[in-house]
Amino acid sequence: MASQNRPLSPHLQIYKPQITSILSITHCMTGLFLVCGAFLLASWLITATYGPEAFEVVQSLLYSWFGKLVLLGLTFSIYFHLANGIRHLGWDSGKGFELPKVRISGIAVILFAISLTVLTWIVGYAIAGGS
Amino acid sequence: MDMRTPLGHVRGLGSTNDGVKHWWMQRLTGIALIPLTLWFLYSAVQLSGATHAEFIAWVGAYGNPVLLSALIVCMFHHGQLGLHVIIEDYITSEGTKMTLLIAIKFAAILFGASAIFSILRLTIKGS
Repeated sequence: MASQNRPLSPHLQIYKPQITSILSITHCMTGLFLVCGAFLLASWLITATYGPEAFEVVQSLLYSWFGKLVLLGLTFSIYFHLANGIRHLGWDSGKGFELPKVRISGIAVILFAISLTVLTWIVGYAIAGGS
Repeated sequence: MDMRTPLGHVRGLGSTNDGVKHWWMQRLTGIALIPLTLWFLYSAVQLSGATHAEFIAWVGAYGNPVLLSALIVCMFHHGQLGLHVIIEDYITSEGTKMTLLIAIKFAAILFGASAIFSILRLTIKGS
């Protein structure tokens, strides 16, 4: 049905960014990015069946600066989406809806995601021997 | 006169025409993914700099093929459900929406099945 000149509800630019809205859209974006990660993981496994040469190509792509950037983004996305997902499960069970609690859990999610991403990469570099 | 029970009327309805199944499966796969992704991250970090042989040894190691397959299934199912909602929210053209919804479902099943087949092959054949 064509509908022109109808009044529109206020859109994004009218609202002040808040921790609630920012984390909500970040959950969506990290989820989207993690779907790409799922396809990457599947491709990683599939390529391994083609032998060492094919696997080496994928490995060298993953270890390039761009590959590392993608993996860093995926690490953060996993931790963020996981922590915020647990936050969502809390809301599903009716807990933590009060605004101060929503704020505190939101900040906790950010701190968790950033610190564990850094920790994971420090351990990863230690294991790979700085390569 | 309508002979259907009130439950019969509402079953399978709702905004997505499948009642709470979508919502419930998203939570179920989400909960399963908490331990599975943490296990995978732990393993992936240890695989930093791994060779092809080391990678295959890890895929086939005791318990790993099952955990890895469970991860693949939950991950693609959860991702497909999430993308479904994003597409419904942001794509307004009915044709594009249906095309994308079908495409992501096919892609998820294709890649998920291929990944599981690869896990089996790497475990049994070793390459």
